[in-house]
Amino acid sequence: MSSAAQSTARGRPDSITHVRNADWGQGFNTLVRITRMNLRHPVQVTIAIVATFIAASLQLWIPRLLGEAVDRTQTVLTATGGSDTQSALATTAIVLLTVSILRGLFTMLQNYYAESVGHHIGYELRLAVYEKIQRLSFSFHDTVHSGDLITVGMLDLEGVRMFFSTGLIRVVLLGVLIGVGAYMLLTTDLVLGLIALSFVPFVGWRAPVTRLRLRATWLELQERLAVLSRVMEENLGGIRVVRAFAAQKHEMDKFDKASGSALELAHDRVGIRVRNTSIMTFSFFLSMALVLWIGGQKVISGEISVGTLTSFLTFMTILQMPVRQLGMMVNAFARASTCGTRIFQLLDLKVDIADKPDAKDLDVSAGTLRFENVSFAYPSAPDRAVLKDISFDAKRGKTLGIVGPPGSGKSTIAHLIPRFYDVTGGRITIDGQDIRDVTLASLRHAVAVVQQDAFLFTTTIENNIAYGDPWAKERRIANASDSAQLHNYVMGLPAEYRTIVGERGVSLSGGQRQRLSIARTLMLKPAVMVFDDSTAAIDAGTEQRIRSALREYARDRVTIIIAHRLSSLMHADEILFVEGGEVVERGTHDDLLALKGRYAALYELQVRPGDEMLEAGE
Amino acid sequence: MSEELETERHDVNDQGRRPPRAVVGSHRIEEDMFGRFFDGRVISRIWEFVHPYRVKMFIAVAAVLVFTGTQLLIPLIIRYAIDNGMIAGTVDQSALIWAVAAFVAAILINYGASYLQEMVVGQAAENVLFDIRRAMFEHLQHVSLSFMDKTEVGRLMSRLQGDVNSMQEFLETSVISVGDLVLLFGIVGVMLWLDFRLGLLTLSVLPVLFIVRVFWLPRARAAFMAAHETNSVTNGALAEAIHGVRAVQSMDRQQVNFQLYDDKAHANLKTHLTAAKYAQVMVPIVDTLTGGAMAVVVVVGGSMVLNGGLDVGVMVAFLFYIQRFFDPIRSLTMQYSVMQRAMASGKRLIDVLDVRVDVQDAPDAVALSKDMDGSVEFDDVTFGYNPKQPVLKNVSFRVNPGETVALVGPTGSGKSSAMALIHRFYDIQQGRVLVGGHDVRDLTQQSLGEQIAMVLQEPFLFTGTVFENIRYHKTDATMEQVVEAAKAVGAHDFITTLDGGYDAMLGERGGNLSLGQRQLISFARALVADAKILVLDEATANIDSYTEMLIQKALVRLLEGRTGLVIAHRLATIRGADRIIVLQNGQLVETGDHDELMDMGGLYSKLYNLNYASFDDIPDDELTAAAQSHSTT
Repeated sequence: MSSAAQSTARGRPDSITHVRNADWGQGFNTLVRITRMNLRHPVQVTIAIVATFIAASLQLWIPRLLGEAVDRTQTVLTATGGSDTQSALATTAIVLLTVSILRGLFTMLQNYYAESVGHHIGYELRLAVYEKIQRLSFSFHDTVHSGDLITVGMLDLEGVRMFFSTGLIRVVLLGVLIGVGAYMLLTTDLVLGLIALSFVPFVGWRAPVTRLRLRATWLELQERLAVLSRVMEENLGGIRVVRAFAAQKHEMDKFDKASGSALELAHDRVGIRVRNTSIMTFSFFLSMALVLWIGGQKVISGEISVGTLTSFLTFMTILQMPVRQLGMMVNAFARASTCGTRIFQLLDLKVDIADKPDAKDLDVSAGTLRFENVSFAYPSAPDRAVLKDISFDAKRGKTLGIVGPPGSGKSTIAHLIPRFYDVTGGRITIDGQDIRDVTLASLRHAVAVVQQDAFLFTTTIENNIAYGDPWAKERRIANASDSAQLHNYVMGLPAEYRTIVGERGVSLSGGQRQRLSIARTLMLKPAVMVFDDSTAAIDAGTEQRIRSALREYARDRVTIIIAHRLSSLMHADEILFVEGGEVVERGTHDDLLALKGRYAALYELQVRPGDEMLEAGE
Repeated sequence: MSEELETERHDVNDQGRRPPRAVVGSHRIEEDMFGRFFDGRVISRIWEFVHPYRVKMFIAVAAVLVFTGTQLLIPLIIRYAIDNGMIAGTVDQSALIWAVAAFVAAILINYGASYLQEMVVGQAAENVLFDIRRAMFEHLQHVSLSFMDKTEVGRLMSRLQGDVNSMQEFLETSVISVGDLVLLFGIVGVMLWLDFRLGLLTLSVLPVLFIVRVFWLPRARAAFMAAHETNSVTNGALAEAIHGVRAVQSMDRQQVNFQLYDDKAHANLKTHLTAAKYAQVMVPIVDTLTGGAMAVVVVVGGSMVLNGGLDVGVMVAFLFYIQRFFDPIRSLTMQYSVMQRAMASGKRLIDVLDVRVDVQDAPDAVALSKDMDGSVEFDDVTFGYNPKQPVLKNVSFRVNPGETVALVGPTGSGKSSAMALIHRFYDIQQGRVLVGGHDVRDLTQQSLGEQIAMVLQEPFLFTGTVFENIRYHKTDATMEQVVEAAKAVGAHDFITTLDGGYDAMLGERGGNLSLGQRQLISFARALVADAKILVLDEATANIDSYTEMLIQKALVRLLEGRTGLVIAHRLATIRGADRIIVLQNGQLVETGDHDELMDMGGLYSKLYNLNYASFDDIPDDELTAAAQSHSTT
């Protein structure tokens, strides 16, 4: 948990992550909203609150009973009738025991149900956050750091979850203890009551102030620790560079600087904490000393009994803890309001790529994909056109190649077809249906993109291949894997298709991952299949074999190949040369060579042997 | 919101088919959370780190004892005040004044002691924590690379953070434990001293509590661990959803995943509720026992007071002690877990600290002079990461000053190992590696690093500006030198287009640059280092043709006037070299320039004639065929 906090504390100017201390209005609304969520569990909330009332009242009864018992032992010295007193003592003892047991039971109910409400809310929020994150579009995920989302989903969620048990319930508890307690003390003896309570305002002011300061220091410390872990993580990840450049000393300096600044703050934190806890304890004991003194004189003068003094002192012991916990309560409020604001901001985000209300499933008939004057700019930079006026037709059974220099927008074309982003001008249709008018699910079943960098899930190879079709039969998985030239490799692994891959499993090379990604896409049986530079790490020979294995497969779908290696796409039925977001040349391989333009130049560059290329570059 | 989610779940459930071949989040392998309660070896090693602060620790322990003493004293003072200052017949104003004065003195001492103890322990524990972390980090800078090769960074990070933190927690609580123990025994002792019979009767509830806790602890702990486990599994699934969101959306797996996640989140809810039950069930038990003890004091103690066998002040003191004596027991059982956790962490920390440093400077090692000739020589070198399985066998060759030599050979032929030996990343089993005419074992590693520049296959950049990265090796390089180097390798143009130019911040590992661009920056870095010898592992990954051209040009510039050893993958690079060394299965099989090797008709010419753009493109079967036909000829 703490490492997650550290890795994500780095500041980022995103709205989701930069809510440090929400302004009062917003914070208040957040707390209201969390409270409303709590109230959706009315039975549990009611039990928790009622139990708190009862438990606190019972607790306040105990000092009375003790005082009573002490007084009974005193009355007998002046009166007669020992057996009466004996039985009275026994009665007090039984009441005391009963009150203690009941108090314990009700405290248990209070704590359990308060926790339970929190856990239920935590569960609901988890699902809501998960669902939201899955639905938010690529443009959202492009701009928000994944670590920040993890913070929201883990740490912020905790802050909101704990609000009921550490915040709201404590308000009730403190209200009863201080309110009723003060009433009882003050009505028993006004002066002594005032003295006994004199530590309450001081601690009640000091505890929250300290807590808030500690919280601010804690956040700052987390940031400094994040810097420190980055230094360590990079060092360990790049240890070969460090060693190769003999930079250990430099690295230790970096470490010491980061570590020193964190340590300094850690010391400050200890200082703040200790200075305040000690003074709070002292103030409590000081009022106790006063009660003993003034109370003692009152006992001597006969104004009050020893039992009353005892019950005063016991009251104070009981009040001490909750008053100190006022700090925790204030902290819970502060934490819930910032954490909640961040979570609700995420949950309230509009999903910009979603089904229209009247969206129908895509109906694939002829299987023709058409770009009509498509232009596009990323939402983060709406003024920078990435694609300008792109038009083309891609028909079933045909292959379209797209090539161009880095940054020309060729990958963006791939991302527009399954609506990872929406076009900003023109339209994309499949068999005449604008892709924005059909359901996302049907569109994404019809369009599959083999990504350049395939994300592997930490699970078996089998599960990874069948990711898009989890009910697939084993034979289909093996077939797809065979077409992608992965089968032989998999059969050589210790557990074959059951081998765990991914972050914590067997690591695959770039080429193997790309082959897995191809196999995964083949499982989907899409109408349009897009290879987005997805064979770059696969050697030319294997690529050749994949292509021939897919020939049959390509017959009843549109194939789009985006690549910088010309050998990957020179066989295509049509090739677009894209530069600066525009199609600058189009035609077959031979057409384009004859044109002696950009494509021909690139071809030259790639087929000529290296030496000459070097000289040409000079 | 929840209604919406419910309907979505039914969609998936209603498919009525066999369960999907799908999971979300992986089941992570948890490390032992708890170790033995007491592990002498761990304690003695950790003591090394506490040792510098031992005076402070002793002060803290002393302060804790004083602090606990004053806490024990307070009910006694109250008792004195009641019995000597208030009870009718014995009223004595001065006794009350004395009592109050003693009380004030006690709380002043209490204040001072608690301040001193918490401050000293808190800060010393932080210091120890940072010291342990520093020692580990520094050790990792020197341990053999073979250890680093096989250890995940994430695993090391969890040592440097989680495990170190639990040691800190342990240090803080161990001092508090001393206080708790003293308080517990102190209360018992004072109660027995005040009145032995009543004390004994009151304390009779203690064994009950111990027995209950003995039964409770293992079950409760299992419940807590289950909650901890489901929590990390659920969080892991969330993290996966975040990292893999693009794959999830493009394959339309949202609904299936949502249902699977719901199962995990629900299991998490249930384990947490169970854990909460276990945590709370102790509350009424402790309260009942407290109530029982107080009832005993009221009935038995009360009668004794009635009979004149006990002072009422003693009874009051008993009531105060009873309210306190469950605290240390509760706190001690919690510290028991902290202690066990610390032992498990401590053992893991020691495992890291004890990793042997295989490669160390000889006591009489000399610095490699800047004026050495720049030659590199392998003299009958045999080396294996595991000595029984050599990856290089009797390899001998010499690279003359200023010469560029390309190392080629199929995967696993020992090229990368040969490179690593020049830097003395590993020690060889037989033969000598000479740099500038000196055995590397006679030189300081520092000076080797200074005189040999290295470019890795996967260029590694640090978080920081472009400028800082380029002068990483030479932190005193000026902006002019940096710009000049960048220009020389052709990186200047794209650097100036970055937001901020040379002061542009690179993201984690240069994530905001393309592979080719990172490569160029690492070339510039090597150029600024201005070392006599350059060791370069050429990137195998495909880079777009434009950047590729820049890189080839930069390479020529980089090798100018330097001794170059290049693990070459690109034919262009290989053919540009002065000499080619062909390795196969750890042995040097051929050497010569391109034409000579072609004439020889050996492995090199066979590989070359397969006509792939790069040696790494050659499919395994063809490679094996070529290698076999070579070894049979």
